[in-house]
Amino acid sequence: MKYQTQKIAYWYFLAAMILFAVQVTGGLIAGWIYVSPNFLSELLPFNIVRMLHTNSLIVWLLLGFFGAAYFLVPEEAEREIYSPKLAYLQLIILLLGTAGVVVTYVFNLFEGNWLLGKEGREFIEQPVWVKLGILVAALIFLFNITMTVLQGRKTAITNVLLLGLWGLSLLWLFAFYNPANLALDKMFWWYIVHLWVEGTWELVMASILAYLLLKLTGVDREIIEKWLYIIVATALFSGILGTGHHYYWIGLPGYWQWIGSVFSSLEVIPFFAMMSFSFVMVWKGKRDHPNKAALLWALGAATVAFFGAGVWGFLHTLHGVNYYTHGTQITAAHGHLAFYGAYVAVNLAIFTYAFPILTNRDPYNQVLNMVSFWLMTGGMAFMTFVLTFAGTVQTHMQRVLGENFMDIQEGLNLFYLMRWGSGLCVVVGAILFIYAQLAPRKEIIASGTTESEGA
Amino acid sequence: MREVMTKTMARNVFYGGSLFFIVVFLILSAHSVRYVVTQSTAHAELTDSVARGKHVWEKHACINCHTLMGEGAYFAPELQNVMARWGVDDDPETAFEIMKAWMESQPTGIEGRRQMPQFNLSDDELRDLTDFFIWVNGIDAQGWPPNEAG
Repeated sequence: MKYQTQKIAYWYFLAAMILFAVQVTGGLIAGWIYVSPNFLSELLPFNIVRMLHTNSLIVWLLLGFFGAAYFLVPEEAEREIYSPKLAYLQLIILLLGTAGVVVTYVFNLFEGNWLLGKEGREFIEQPVWVKLGILVAALIFLFNITMTVLQGRKTAITNVLLLGLWGLSLLWLFAFYNPANLALDKMFWWYIVHLWVEGTWELVMASILAYLLLKLTGVDREIIEKWLYIIVATALFSGILGTGHHYYWIGLPGYWQWIGSVFSSLEVIPFFAMMSFSFVMVWKGKRDHPNKAALLWALGAATVAFFGAGVWGFLHTLHGVNYYTHGTQITAAHGHLAFYGAYVAVNLAIFTYAFPILTNRDPYNQVLNMVSFWLMTGGMAFMTFVLTFAGTVQTHMQRVLGENFMDIQEGLNLFYLMRWGSGLCVVVGAILFIYAQLAPRKEIIASGTTESEGA
Repeated sequence: MREVMTKTMARNVFYGGSLFFIVVFLILSAHSVRYVVTQSTAHAELTDSVARGKHVWEKHACINCHTLMGEGAYFAPELQNVMARWGVDDDPETAFEIMKAWMESQPTGIEGRRQMPQFNLSDDELRDLTDFFIWVNGIDAQGWPPNEAG
């Protein structure tokens, strides 16, 4: 650890991993309710479980991004974080908000209260007071990181990272705007949801990936940073108007069908570029970095993001296809692999890279970590396949033949059972991953013996 | 590639291009807002009851089981066209009666069947929720959903 304040990242990553465990546990319960619908139906209904599953995912990914910024900005800017106190204050606000959200959801407190009760728009169900807390935390973060960067060296990696984080924080303001007109509500809701995951978050992902490749491969900074700009350019050029693929069927003008189809098809490009770029950099790089697990996660993130966000996104993005598949299990299949590949894996990559440095030790437990990669990735891939099959059957029966939703769902039981099994693999993988990070054990892969590892 | 494009050029393309697409997006957004207000949702007045009904829909997190216009969880049926599916989209009184009977019978407790919670809605809330669904049913959504099954 070159700069003392990088240590802040340790606490962010730790908090993120705890929420990661909460998230996958929520997923496991939700998946089981699909298999056995009476499970917990009075105590913890499906909608509450799903809110915990999605909200904890979003919060831990954001905690990971913030932590990544606190970790890599000092090295990039070549100076300590402006104010470590503010950074810890930000973390405390976020954790208090998270605890408040969990208690509010589970015990259904203050229902309908404008300030304290949950708000019921998908993914942004947090009570207003928590939303304000997130806003304050984001402002503290932006101030702190921007001051650090302004006083230090400015690199393309910090430029892009900051742009992404500023962008996502500004877009968060739309969480406070909820028009009574449902079509307008949905239109601006996508300003957050789409422009986060298919816009600003891609900038964060690309810059973290660029940083990791810079460290792991030893390729010249000039080359990496040029490609970083090219990749994020393709991400925003396609992603901004790509928002149109959510505007087909919510009461907006018909021209979105063409704009959305064309530009969201192009959204495959940045993900393909990230994948190719990562592999080319690793081949070009001369460095034999001892942290093989971090390299595996970095390459894995780029690859699975291409399949999950790119290929599975394209699968149902053309409006002629989407007319039939919109809001079926196809969407669920895409959502799971895209989030896992693009954002979960890139977070786990930076955790894997940073943890040995933050705790001042060698990269322990690499084999265990790599096993967790294959368990989680295999599980998510299988889950995506079975949900895609389920979605295909559902689309045909419901959207083409017009049969009743509930009757079709009962016929999909086998798929949901297999989905639960693959989810169990992911949970086991997640637990192994967390254990591999936290438990100190001597088990190091020596340099030079890695040819046969296939990592 | 190094000769074709330098890092500075790549950066300028990124900033300039992104700004261009943001401006285009904002212009189209402004037009879309106008379109929503004057055309696609101009079929019926957005009454206070509809607005209150939307709040009932939100405070019980219905979207985390159902979909509405295809967005939400995929655990329970699509509800944009639920009033048309029940055949009561032009009959608010009957719609209210069916809605009340439906909501009161939840959860069914039938073994192996997905359960909807009991939300203990008042008659006023039920009426608002019904008005909300009737209003939503009338949004011109480019012909979606494909059929009554939603």
